[in-house]
Amino acid sequence: MNAAPDSPILEVRGVAKRFGGVQALRDVSMVLHPGEVVALAGDNGAGKSTLIKTISGVYRADDGEIRFAGERVDFASPEAARGAGIETIYQDLALADNLSIGANIFLGREPMRKLFGFLPALDRPTMAAAAKETMGRLDFHVDRLDAPVGRFSGGQRQAVAIGRAIYWNARVLIMDEPTAALGVPEQRKVIALIRTLKAQGQGIIFISHNLSDIFAVADRIVVLIRGQLAGERRIAETNPDEIVRLMVGG
Amino acid sequence: MRAWFFLVVLLVFFEIWAEVADNTSFVGSVYNAQSIAVFAVAPLLLALGSTFVIIASGIDLSIGFIMGLSAVVAAHAVNIAGLWLPPFAAMLVGIVSGIAVTVIPGTVNGLLISRLKVPPFIGTLGMFGVCRGVAFLIAGGTTVPVSNAWFASLGNDRILGFPIVVLLTVAFLAVMHYLLSQTRFGQHTYAIGANEQAAIRAGIDVNRHKERLYLLSACCAGIGGVLYAARFTAGAAQAGEPLLLDSIAAVVIGGASLFGGSGTVLGTLAGALVIAVIQYGLVFINVEPFWQFVAVGVVIIISVLVDQTQRRLGDR
Repeated sequence: MNAAPDSPILEVRGVAKRFGGVQALRDVSMVLHPGEVVALAGDNGAGKSTLIKTISGVYRADDGEIRFAGERVDFASPEAARGAGIETIYQDLALADNLSIGANIFLGREPMRKLFGFLPALDRPTMAAAAKETMGRLDFHVDRLDAPVGRFSGGQRQAVAIGRAIYWNARVLIMDEPTAALGVPEQRKVIALIRTLKAQGQGIIFISHNLSDIFAVADRIVVLIRGQLAGERRIAETNPDEIVRLMVGG
Repeated sequence: MRAWFFLVVLLVFFEIWAEVADNTSFVGSVYNAQSIAVFAVAPLLLALGSTFVIIASGIDLSIGFIMGLSAVVAAHAVNIAGLWLPPFAAMLVGIVSGIAVTVIPGTVNGLLISRLKVPPFIGTLGMFGVCRGVAFLIAGGTTVPVSNAWFASLGNDRILGFPIVVLLTVAFLAVMHYLLSQTRFGQHTYAIGANEQAAIRAGIDVNRHKERLYLLSACCAGIGGVLYAARFTAGAAQAGEPLLLDSIAAVVIGGASLFGGSGTVLGTLAGALVIAVIQYGLVFINVEPFWQFVAVGVVIIISVLVDQTQRRLGDR
């Protein structure tokens, strides 16, 4: 099971979550190491969303525990999880399309400078420099740093959302269907992006329906079915047919 | 940008008309420039507040009668304070009261929209009615004349040829431009207009921000009301009634989208000047005043059409 020699950045142990009479998660465990990509697969309603929301502080587990960087955590809110370094990127990306990359990275915590020595003003040069550096780290080079992100393609916008997360030192990135709304060339770019992040030691959980994406980039795959672990496989030791069988419970 | 272009076209048009028809200059006349500037003050003040609200994809329909309420309260306050205080102090009391009273409708608008989730159109339409009624009640159904030399001087005198109301408005415009373009408040206003969910997830207190936006909008109308009362030395409940649509038109001509997310203070300035130039210019060339409505309406439609075309081309 030791996909990486170092200790896990994230451990989920025996987590359960109930909503009224519905058992959404039952005894789910998984681990994530730095520099590892774990794909989360399963049919609709299998509990993928509930699991990532439990990890990212949207829900609190009814049972079991979550350990982050070796310590037990119990996040009260998504903000708390984000503060600790667990960032979730949902499909809608949560970008303000009318603002620049830098302004999106710093949204809600904008750096300020003094104009004429006394007047506080947005520090756009710092924001632009951070945007350039961050996008460079992701191998996404944009020439127009002042352009609103609404002008960019889907893959570039995905990169901006990821860039915002890593700028604030996210150590675990959770991506919900990062390639779902994209054309094929853009999908490839996002896959390349995930590889870049992996090489930089980022731990990544990504949800996908697309098995070819999963096999292209993941190290391991965790399959859920009706809120329970259906199985876990190393990508090198499995094939799409086996994964599909696990997903449908065959 | 577009609104400034419109403005130049209009000025050229009226200039040519004036040269050909009357052998005089439209642009070259100091009197015309002063008149247009004074004319633009009240709609511009309303439009400045609306610029923020509209960028955050809201709308404030109550500003016209908040302005009237403020004018009536300011007029009464100057008169009442004048019974005990010297005229200058009475004027200050009037200014403060006229602006302070707008905190009430502004705060209520904000709370309705942010906490109680009333759609801005409906919430501020209700406040439109409330302020209208209250303003007429306070005014006793008539206009409230003011007798205070300082107040009249504030509204009508000039410094170095510039009307005081215009100078005050320009100073206020500079503050609003700074607020929108250089501060977190402005940045968050744009973010909320583009993607409220994104703003919430970024940790911005969107409810509190909206409360502040509607308060700001009401206070802008309050300043407009005070300056109106000073200029006409009278407070009238209906002072801002015709200005609501003009001010929203100024914001839209200035490049803001009613869907939120875009707009600038300088664009709104240009939009307000476009409307003032049309209104004043048509009077200047002796066109029946009713054509003003037609002309302003046409400019609004053209500017939105140009905007949409630009967006379509830009998206490609």
